[in-house]
Amino acid sequence: MTTSLVVILVFILASAVVGVIGRGRGEMNLERWTVGGRRFGVLLVWLLMAGEIYTTFTFLGASGWAYSRGAPAFYILAYGTIGYIISFFLLPPVWRMAKRLGLHTQPDFFLARYASPTLASLVAVVGVVSIVPYLQLQLAGLGMIVEIASGGAVSSTFAIVLAFVLTCVFVYTSGLKGIAWVAIVKDISMVVAIVVIGIGLPSMYFGSVGGMLAELVRRHPTHLTFPGGTTTMDVGWVVSTILLTGMGFYCWPHSFAATFSARDDRTIRRNAVIMPLYQLPILLVFFVGFTALLVLPGLKQPDTALLTLVARSYPGWFAGFVGGAGAVTAMVPASMLLLVASTLVAKNIYRPLRRGEVGDAELMRASRAFMLVIAVVALVLALWSPNELVKLLIFGYDGIAQFFPGIALGVFVRRTTARPVIMGLVAGEAVVVSLIWSGHDPFLGLNAGFVGLAVNAAIALGAMAITGSPAAPEGGNEF
Amino acid sequence: MTVSRSWLKFALIWVVGVLALAFIPALALVAGLPFVNRLEPVVLGLPFLLFWILAWVVATPGFLAAAYLLADPTPGRSESGAAR
Repeated sequence: MTTSLVVILVFILASAVVGVIGRGRGEMNLERWTVGGRRFGVLLVWLLMAGEIYTTFTFLGASGWAYSRGAPAFYILAYGTIGYIISFFLLPPVWRMAKRLGLHTQPDFFLARYASPTLASLVAVVGVVSIVPYLQLQLAGLGMIVEIASGGAVSSTFAIVLAFVLTCVFVYTSGLKGIAWVAIVKDISMVVAIVVIGIGLPSMYFGSVGGMLAELVRRHPTHLTFPGGTTTMDVGWVVSTILLTGMGFYCWPHSFAATFSARDDRTIRRNAVIMPLYQLPILLVFFVGFTALLVLPGLKQPDTALLTLVARSYPGWFAGFVGGAGAVTAMVPASMLLLVASTLVAKNIYRPLRRGEVGDAELMRASRAFMLVIAVVALVLALWSPNELVKLLIFGYDGIAQFFPGIALGVFVRRTTARPVIMGLVAGEAVVVSLIWSGHDPFLGLNAGFVGLAVNAAIALGAMAITGSPAAPEGGNEF
Repeated sequence: MTVSRSWLKFALIWVVGVLALAFIPALALVAGLPFVNRLEPVVLGLPFLLFWILAWVVATPGFLAAAYLLADPTPGRSESGAAR
């Protein structure tokens, strides 16, 4: 297994070197570090956006869901497309406002649009609370990928520490531009790995993809229609989950802020046009999960299905390649999350608390310092309490999706003010937290986050109708 | 006044057109699912439910490209304008 070990280590090191070199020349400032100087064209924006779709969840979660749950996993193929359709209309006005006012983060947007520090802080806190467990999940996934792909030659802890320290180095030095360059390495290797195993594994065991699917339908006749291998994830759950995650897609602070790096608003719209095609490799990941169900039934951890099958079916160097690609697939989203969370804390929590003037240079230093703090927290959590944050993580998507009414109303309805948005947001989060923590997800067959979003929107719109038509705040004229 | 009113009418038709184009695939992927939750017919080796989702994901760039051209027909222009 030494071949796979060497391949994985070379992969991780090479990615970090690319990230450090990707910095380019010139002095580093907050504008360059967080939004790449707003000069990215279609290709780099595409790569950054892809960071959100192709995370460790693609390798582990999508194949694990296909393995254990079957058809409900199909939501993963569909929700991004809904997200891109919404972004086609929603993001260009957001980008124009960010460009005009020099915004760096998602709370910056809420502050500029609603002139409400309360709303901005609320968004910043929910954002960071959702990001940290997501970051921890990337690290835990990375450890699992490398350990299984190397046949146990690299321990999970060693892989996590090595990859994450290197990630911190290139985020610290290069910011967003460095991440975009590593994303190139990640996307090429990941797509190659997925295409090879997604077509190769079904063919290896069943002659072809069609043959594998026919065998699956014969042995598990209900696996490929809703609710598949589950009892709770029927059509209502799938439809509400696609709506929730589609609307929440660009509500993630890192996805939202990544759009600020675009050169112009047309770049964003062109991206929305082509991005759905980039969902297609997920289909191949499903095929691997299905193949694993037929070849290796009864796995205790479905998330290990893809890698266990790869390690069993391919020579060491190729398993190492898949493991390396998987490791970089964790490093890129981890670096985005780290960058965005640190800017969020520095600009939208630390600066308002300081009250006094905080210059750009100091803000840049503070962002880098908070980056190291958040990195240490995530690393400690990933190594010593991998299961403690599972509930927070489930809350992640449901929590950030509650930003959607505030963003959409802010962009399209000029007379929207801060108070209805705050009321809706607080009510939505309260519904989500209480449903999940009391074990009522799904609720009446619907995704709990979707229920929260419906309450959120109803309260925001109701409050707007009652308060009538007050004078729009200054930010309201930005569109 | 007549000029600005006919322009408004044109703008309205155009906004509705762009919205309609972009929301056809969204409708198919959300509201369409209850009607396609079955295995038959098998198309290209794929059970029908999976084929339906895949076909609409593949078709979406076509719809969005049409909406893009309708919303933004002048090449080389940047910033401002476009559908909202």
